[in-house]
Amino acid sequence: MKRKFITIIAVLGLAFSVSFGSAQAAEVRIGFIAPMTGIFAQIGKDMSNGFKMYMAHTKNKMGPLDVKFILEDSTGKPAVNVRKALKLIKRDKVHMFIGGLLASTGYALAPVANRFKTPYISPVPAADDLTQRKLFKHFLRSGFTSSQNSHPLGEWAYDQGYRNVVTIGADYAFGYETVGGFHKAFEARGGKVVKKIWAKLGTKDFGPYLPQIPKDADAIFTLMVGPMSLAFPKQFRAAGFKMPMLGGVTSADEFILPSMGDEALGYVTAAQYSAALATDKNKAFVKEYQQRYGKMASYYSETCYTTGQWVDLALKKIGYKPDNKDAFLKAFKAIRIDAIRGPVYLDKYGNPVQNSYIRKVTRVKGDRLGLGVKSNSLWNLVIKTYPAVGQFWKWSDKDFLKDPVYSKKFPPCPHCK
Amino acid sequence: MTTLSFANILVLSYNSLSYAAILFLLASGLSLIFGVMRIVNLAHAAFFLFAGYLALEFYNIIFGSLSLMPRIIQLVSWALLYFAWRGLTLYIAPKHAALALLLAYIVMEVLCSLIWSFRFFELFFPHVPVKPVDRINFPGMMAAIVVALTIAALCGMFIERFFLRLLGQDTLAQVLVTIGFAFILQDGSLYTWGGDNFMLKQPWPLNFSAVVGGLSLPQYRGFMIVIAVVVAAALFLGIERTRLGAIMRAAVDDPEMARGIGINTNVVQMSIFAIGALLAATGGVVGGAFFGVYPGLDFEILPYAFAVVIIGGLGSLGGAVLGSIVVGFIENFGTALFPELSYFALFAPMAIILAIKPTGLFGKG
Repeated sequence: MKRKFITIIAVLGLAFSVSFGSAQAAEVRIGFIAPMTGIFAQIGKDMSNGFKMYMAHTKNKMGPLDVKFILEDSTGKPAVNVRKALKLIKRDKVHMFIGGLLASTGYALAPVANRFKTPYISPVPAADDLTQRKLFKHFLRSGFTSSQNSHPLGEWAYDQGYRNVVTIGADYAFGYETVGGFHKAFEARGGKVVKKIWAKLGTKDFGPYLPQIPKDADAIFTLMVGPMSLAFPKQFRAAGFKMPMLGGVTSADEFILPSMGDEALGYVTAAQYSAALATDKNKAFVKEYQQRYGKMASYYSETCYTTGQWVDLALKKIGYKPDNKDAFLKAFKAIRIDAIRGPVYLDKYGNPVQNSYIRKVTRVKGDRLGLGVKSNSLWNLVIKTYPAVGQFWKWSDKDFLKDPVYSKKFPPCPHCK
Repeated sequence: MTTLSFANILVLSYNSLSYAAILFLLASGLSLIFGVMRIVNLAHAAFFLFAGYLALEFYNIIFGSLSLMPRIIQLVSWALLYFAWRGLTLYIAPKHAALALLLAYIVMEVLCSLIWSFRFFELFFPHVPVKPVDRINFPGMMAAIVVALTIAALCGMFIERFFLRLLGQDTLAQVLVTIGFAFILQDGSLYTWGGDNFMLKQPWPLNFSAVVGGLSLPQYRGFMIVIAVVVAAALFLGIERTRLGAIMRAAVDDPEMARGIGINTNVVQMSIFAIGALLAATGGVVGGAFFGVYPGLDFEILPYAFAVVIIGGLGSLGGAVLGSIVVGFIENFGTALFPELSYFALFAPMAIILAIKPTGLFGKG
């Protein structure tokens, strides 16, 4: 009897302490959706590690608020992303959610955010139209749009003297938008795209596509994703092509670079970040990331780290009241952040305006970059910086938005044989 | 629709043949296992991927950082724990044994962290950093291949002996067990090697392209074709011309009679499964230097293997050869000519062949 009594007291005491505990500390609940299993697991880890590293720097706090970080596994499928977002909103009552990987995920999550009036911050999904023609009030972007960095690369390619360029891209939205951006900017300067090839997503053997590449083109622009990025340069060079390779960010990003070999040397890609960026901020970031997680920092980790910083700043601006979502959205959009990748702010459509780096794959001996990596490894050295590049490049937003979103049919290819 | 020049057709044919070579290596094992054991082995492509990872691992062991070592330490630690438990429970009650182990663990943990600043539990759950290697040579590649193939074959034997044999001819249970192993191998690889995409380096004499009459033909593709031809010849001769092959065929045609004349059909079945795994592993290692090695590759390539065996006929070696050539050519020319219809171009002929001849071109029914 006595024992039972003590147990009851103990349980009640525990219950009280728990309820007091939760009432006491103000907290901000942040949902994070990233693939932790399945074929994109490593990218998901890079993403969440980036965010966690920021939380480690602030000791799991944003100002006075405790951060409740809830990580959900999306397995990389848009439908699962939506399910997890609903769980985060309804059961965990998050103040905002961050994440997603593929462009299609962005399109799937934005309406969910609007319906439940919960801000959704997209660090990676780069679908153009989410900040162009299909705007959602509760959608925020801290990453980039697919075509954003290809526009300057198109201009850069023309300046190098390339006149006839062939493109090969993965056959889906991210591919159309990245290749489309390059195409439009390159032809606007006076270059000619002589052939556009679309390779099935997940192509392993490029045998069917390689013979179609004209041998006399000045350069090739590629947009490869995942394992395609590894296989393509190897098979391309093995087939005897000597022309320079240009590409979208995923063709040679830091995620794939450590597995690449000499065939990737000289690959020029454009992105808003490079792990070899020669700023003190970036050096410290890459060094620490390497120590913590044993990996080269990638744009996935950088963008998620920056997102954490950004949310913190936005909360500070509204006096750390995360329940006021409209104010949060407004504050988030108004912030100018000095991020690891460089200065960033959002345009009126909610898309980041930031530096665009033209990067060249180079083998760096020893620790010449001062990044704490000693081996004889490949790096994306920045060879030119285009400052403050927005999603509309040199066109006005009105002119740009008159055209449809980049697709297989747009821009049209008048010089294609 | 694109038109093709004659030179393009030649290059495409060469590419088709090399793709068919990989498909053959994968599908022949699948076909063999089905033909002999009537098991649809859904874990087959997992061996393909697993062997790629293993070969990569042994490249790393030969030329770079030892990342299998922590796994071995882990296995040994768990084994030691198990034997300690066994030994202790012989002399004292399980309750006391558990307590003793717990105490020993705490002491070790404290000692390790104080003296060597090392966390003892990491022996049981080691963290594995994987570093890719930069250079590779031919003997190194061969050594890695041999080790990878052996381990894959042993894995196959293990699965057959301890799981599939117990199930008899229960098809549903077989499918479930094999797909279970597909997931285990897949997630085990993800756990061990992380989700990064890797690529085996092509060794020195093979990473160039030969220029013949103005056409550049990558030598590695030629290497794939040569390997497939050698394997096909060895399989054909082994099954049709040797005593061992005769025993195998006897065990297939009439297992009871074979047992009656003193053939150990269990051993035969186990070896067949091991050979199947070995073939898939060969494909995985050879293909790993071409497609790359990454999570998800197994389930991406499995439908093609099934297309090959369905077109060629399950259980027939000639069928696997013909099927892989058909699929290789359709895939390459179909994609080049009708890029939008590449899946249709592959699976439509398959449907037609099945409609006309449900057992496949060479199927025994």
